[in-house]
Amino acid sequence: MDVAIVGIGIHPFGRTPARSGLQQGAHAARLALQDAGVEWGDMQFAFGGSASAGSADALVNELGLTGIPFINVANGCATGGSSLIAAYNAIKSGQYDVGMVAGFDKHDRGAFNADPKELGIGDWYGEVGLMMTTQFFAMKIQKYMHDYAISHNTLAKVSEKAFINGSKNPNAWRTKPISVDEIIDSTMVSNPLTKFMFCSPAEGGVALILCRADHAKRYTDAPVYLKGATMKSRRFGSFEVFAPSQALQQVDGPTVDASNAAFEMAGVGPRDIDVMQLQDTEVGAEIMHMAENGFCEDGEQEALIQQGATHIGGSMPVNTDGGCLANGEPIGASGLRQVYENVLQLRGQAGDHQVPGDPTLAYTHVYGAPGISAITILQR
Amino acid sequence: MSNQIPIAEGLFSWPAAKPALLASRCKRCGIAAFPVASTCMACSGQDVEIEKLPSRGTLWTWTIQQFMPKTPYKSNETPESFIPYGVGYLELPGGVRVEGRLTENDPHKLQIGMEMDVVFEPYRTEDNGDEVINFFFRPVRSPQ
Ligand SMILES: [Zn+2]
Repeated sequence: MDVAIVGIGIHPFGRTPARSGLQQGAHAARLALQDAGVEWGDMQFAFGGSASAGSADALVNELGLTGIPFINVANGCATGGSSLIAAYNAIKSGQYDVGMVAGFDKHDRGAFNADPKELGIGDWYGEVGLMMTTQFFAMKIQKYMHDYAISHNTLAKVSEKAFINGSKNPNAWRTKPISVDEIIDSTMVSNPLTKFMFCSPAEGGVALILCRADHAKRYTDAPVYLKGATMKSRRFGSFEVFAPSQALQQVDGPTVDASNAAFEMAGVGPRDIDVMQLQDTEVGAEIMHMAENGFCEDGEQEALIQQGATHIGGSMPVNTDGGCLANGEPIGASGLRQVYENVLQLRGQAGDHQVPGDPTLAYTHVYGAPGISAITILQR
Repeated sequence: MSNQIPIAEGLFSWPAAKPALLASRCKRCGIAAFPVASTCMACSGQDVEIEKLPSRGTLWTWTIQQFMPKTPYKSNETPESFIPYGVGYLELPGGVRVEGRLTENDPHKLQIGMEMDVVFEPYRTEDNGDEVINFFFRPVRSPQ
């Protein structure tokens, strides 16, 4: 039994002072129900997550008290992906026919404030100023640039592309293109990464309606099938965020592991994918994730990005809605935003950010602390 | 007279004539970990012994922290007096790659692969006058 996505809804990302995170989630949920032509009362189950905007299951207070089993999912940046895996299995097992996955969030301005104790690290680590995700991303791309000859200009081109795509997406936060020079000359945050090379915490909500594939046509003429959904945590020896030390012998990170598992589950390979949304917490992440997900070899990104391959009209369009760089990162909603974008792409409804050539296979990838990754592969 | 105390117990030998970072090494698989941990993350073994890590290694990667972090950052600095600091992983032969602050914050004086020493220096002063000692990585010589 396959699983289909038959309804999608989004609350615009960015800053919406007038609405709580929960209200943004409810907005997305109502649009998703409407898109599938169903009512909240038709939902047999729900999975959802929010990191900073209260409990996801409080959505019942906005949408109606129907007795629905609503299970909260908390998995950092992989929250959306983990909710999808849970919903996939709930339908695949035959337990339910139709249900909802929702994610929303609302974060304060500025970098996320991590507490070492929550991750089992000593207080000293934060006191001396090592508890910064920005440092990890900077050090990972610094090493990668050294090993694979990636240029500063290529870093900036990733941001430039993100803001161009954001300008074509009415739900994006940052909708003004920014030049390569302006990106390189913006405030240095953590060498080699400048302010415009990082995404920011933000707000937003996304909801999806999933059902058993043989019921899909009851809800939509254009179902999109969830062919693969995987989540992995780090193995010993991978280079991860918030690591006071790392092993001399390095192994592949959770992205590589989750990606391999997703391709195997879907029975397709990287070359079959027409459009991809890859975690771009900052520009280096997008560059490295192209290779970690199998879409190119290490070092090929320099030429690919300089040639424009990752633009909407290119040979491997990456982050067609502007990604985290242009949408910001509301943790609970971010992974589901990628799925929302891919459903639009596969339906041919992405408007100005639609990739040409009637895409049939689409890929999403998230990565987050303390070393987790979730992947989905969608097919129309 | 000021009292010198380590920023955390068990992170490095202190007081000592020649202080050193402390690691645990798994007796089953031989993997070293920093800081000392009672369970080996490589094989889940729980039989470990504590050893001193080498004092010289090579810089594996680095960055410069350009703005003052929010809490739990705890130095004697204010946003006005904050000085950007280097951060890096030092590869200690036969041990692990340890993350720490660098004494150098000029990006032009840092290179992947350069030799660095582990040094122990005052990091901040507590209200009672105690000097808190932390470990830092210091270039052995400036790169050409
Ligand atoms: Zn072991």
